Amino acid sequence: MSIFNPFINFFRVLRQVVKGNKWYYAWVGLLSFFILLGLVAYFKQLQYGLIETAMRDQVSWGLYIANFTFLVGVAAAAVYLVVPAYIYNFKPIKEVVLFGELLAATAIVMCIMFIMVDLGRPERVWHILPVVGKMHFPASLLAWDVIVLNGYLAINLFIPFYALYKLAHGREYNMQIIKPLIIISIPWAISIHTVTAFLYNGLPSRPFWNAAVLAPRFIASALCSGPALMLIIFQIVRKIYKLDIDNKAIFKIAELIAYAMGVNLFLFAAEFFKEFYSNSIHLAPMKYLFFGLNGHYNLVPWMWASLLFNITAFVLFLLPKTREHFFSLNLACVLVIAGVYIEKGMGLVIPGFVPGTLGEIYEYTPTMVEKYITIGIWAAGALIYTVFLKFMIPIYKGELRFKSSQSKQVG
Amino acid sequence: MKDREKNRILTKHISRRDLLKGSAFGLASLAIPIGKADASFWEAFFQKHFREMNRDEVKAVIARLEEDYYKKYNKRFNIKTTEALPGTLFGYGLDLSRCIGCRRCVYACVRENNQSRDPQIHWITVLRFKKGEKWVNDLEEAEKYYYPDEVPEEGYFYMPVQCQQCENPPCVKVCPTQATWKEPDGIVVVDYNWCIGCRYCMAACPYGARRFNWGEPRIAREEINTNVHYLGNRPRYKGVVEKCTFCIQRTRGNPGRYPACVEICPVGARKFGNLLDPKSEIRYIIENKRVFRLKEDLNTQPKFFYFFAT
Repeated sequence: MSIFNPFINFFRVLRQVVKGNKWYYAWVGLLSFFILLGLVAYFKQLQYGLIETAMRDQVSWGLYIANFTFLVGVAAAAVYLVVPAYIYNFKPIKEVVLFGELLAATAIVMCIMFIMVDLGRPERVWHILPVVGKMHFPASLLAWDVIVLNGYLAINLFIPFYALYKLAHGREYNMQIIKPLIIISIPWAISIHTVTAFLYNGLPSRPFWNAAVLAPRFIASALCSGPALMLIIFQIVRKIYKLDIDNKAIFKIAELIAYAMGVNLFLFAAEFFKEFYSNSIHLAPMKYLFFGLNGHYNLVPWMWASLLFNITAFVLFLLPKTREHFFSLNLACVLVIAGVYIEKGMGLVIPGFVPGTLGEIYEYTPTMVEKYITIGIWAAGALIYTVFLKFMIPIYKGELRFKSSQSKQVG
Repeated sequence: MKDREKNRILTKHISRRDLLKGSAFGLASLAIPIGKADASFWEAFFQKHFREMNRDEVKAVIARLEEDYYKKYNKRFNIKTTEALPGTLFGYGLDLSRCIGCRRCVYACVRENNQSRDPQIHWITVLRFKKGEKWVNDLEEAEKYYYPDEVPEEGYFYMPVQCQQCENPPCVKVCPTQATWKEPDGIVVVDYNWCIGCRYCMAACPYGARRFNWGEPRIAREEINTNVHYLGNRPRYKGVVEKCTFCIQRTRGNPGRYPACVEICPVGARKFGNLLDPKSEIRYIIENKRVFRLKEDLNTQPKFFYFFAT
C-alpha cells in the first residue's frame, strides 16, 4: 500500500489546488488570461527577434532587466523575516516566515523568466552552465548570478517544502536540518543582491553604475520593497484563509522597513550630492534622470514621483501612529513598492545607457510586446504563489493531511 | 468542445511552467515548431564551443554551415578557420588630421563583412565634432547623424570609432559563456553559434563597438561576400552579438590583405600593421607621431591609435 502513498498524496494536493470557490476560479482565470497574452507576445518576439522591443544598440537592456533587478530585491527581502523569526525567535514573525520564503522562491522564478525573455538565443541558455556549457566563472558576474540565484531558489524551496511535508504527515520538522540552511540563507540573501549590484557596478564604461554606493543601496531598497509586498500579501491571506497572523508581526516588519528606507534615502542623498556638487561629466545620467538632458525628459516625472513616494512612505512607516493604522500602513506599502520599482527598475537600468558611450541619447519607451510579456510574467508569478498558498495553508492549518504509513506510530 | 478547449489551455500552461523553471530544453521544444525539426537543427543545437572542438568536429561544423548558407543564400561559401599567424599582434592607426568624414569606410565594411542591410548594422561609427567644442573625453557633443551634401564641412572635424581591439577587453571579461575572446594576434572575436544574446558585453564596451542582431539579418543575394572566416564575416543569426574583427578573413594570411576600411579610405587616414614588427608602418607611427587612444582612463589598452600626421 505504502508505495501508492506518494500518488495518493499528490492527488490530494492536486484536488486541493483544482477545487475552489468562484472567486478563486475568477482570480486564476484572470491570471491565465494575462499569461496567455504574455505568451502570444513572447511567441511574436521569438519569431521576429528582440526588434519587437524598443531596445536597440544604444540602450541594450530595458524593461525586462529592470523587472529582474527589482525582483531580485523582493527575493532578498525574505531574510528580513528569517532573522527575527529564527535567530531572535520572535514568535509572531516565525509563524509567517514560510510565506516569506515561498515569496522569495516565486520572485527568483520570475527573475529567471525575465532573463529568459531577454535572451537573444534562449535555446542556448545551457551554454552558461558549468560542465555542459562553458560558464565564465569567476570572471563574469553573470556566472556568479546564475550560481547565487539558483542556490537561493533551492534553499527557499527546500525549507518550506520540507517543513510542510513534515506537517502534512503530522510530524514536527527537524530543526537540526533546517537550522544550518537558515543560517546560510541570511548571507545568501545579501549575496544575491550584492552580486546583482556588482553586475552593473563593475562596468567602468557606465559611470552611473560605477559607483561604490550601488550595492549598499540595492540592499537598502530591497529591504523596503520586499517586506512591503509581504505585508500586503499577509493581510490578504489573513482575510481569505482566516489565518491567524499577529498584528505585532505586521507592525514589526513595518518598523524595519522604515529603518531600511531611512538608509536608502541617506545613500541616495550621498550619491546625489557627490554627482551634483562635483559637477563632472559623469553627472549626465543623473541629470537625465532628474532634470532631463538636451531636451530628453522621459524619466524625469517618474524619478520625482519615486522620490516623493519613498519619502512619504518613510514618514508613514516611521511614526507609530500611521504605522499601526491599516489605511496609512497599506498606503505606505503601495508607495514603497511603486517607489522602489521605479528607482531600482527603469531608474537604474536606463541611465546606465543614457547618454551612451559615444554620447548619443536614445530615449527608450517599452513597446506593447515588452509590456505584455512583463504583465504575463507577473501574472505567472502571481499564479505560482496562489497555487503554493492554496495547498500550503490547509497543510499549515492542519486541514490537509497526507496518507502515511509511519504517521500512526509516531503521531 | 469545451473540454478540448480546456485541454488546450492546460497544455499551454504546462509548457509555460516548463518555461518558468528556466529549462533550456523546455524552451527548445517550444522553438522547434517555429524552426526546422530536422537533424541539422539538433546538430546546430548541440554544437560545441569553437575552441573545444577538435579538427574533425570543426570540419563537420564548417560543412554543415556551408550547406546551411547555401540553402539560405543559394551561394557557395568558403568558410575559413585560419588560425592566428605566429609573431603577429595587429594594431591600427587613424590619422585624424586627414579624415574627411566621408563614411566610405563604413559602407566598405558593411559590404566586406556581410552586415545586415535591414535592419541596418554598421560596425564603424563616424563622429562629427565642431571645432573648438569639447571632445575626446566628453563625447556628448559628438554628432553621429550628419548628412551634408559635401565633406569635409567647414568648421568640423571627424573621428571614426570601431572596435578598439583592447588588450584588456571588458567585453571578454563579462561574457558569461566565453562566447567572445581575444585571439593570440590580439583580435577580439565572437563565436556566433555560442553567443546566447544576453548583451552584457554591449553594456561593458566603452566604445559602443558591439552590435546586436535585433531582427533576422537580411542581405540581398547579389551583395553577399562568400569569402568568409568562421570568427569573422560569415553571415550572422538573429539574436547574437557581432563586431569588427580587423577583417580577420583578410588580415590572417601570408600574404594577408588590408582590412576593407584601410583599403577604401580615399585620403589614406587609416593604417594597419603588425605591432610586433619593428619595421611596420604602425610602429613607425607610434614611435614618430603624437598618438593617443580613446578613453585611456579606463585602462582597456586599445590597439587602435589615433594620431595627427600633420
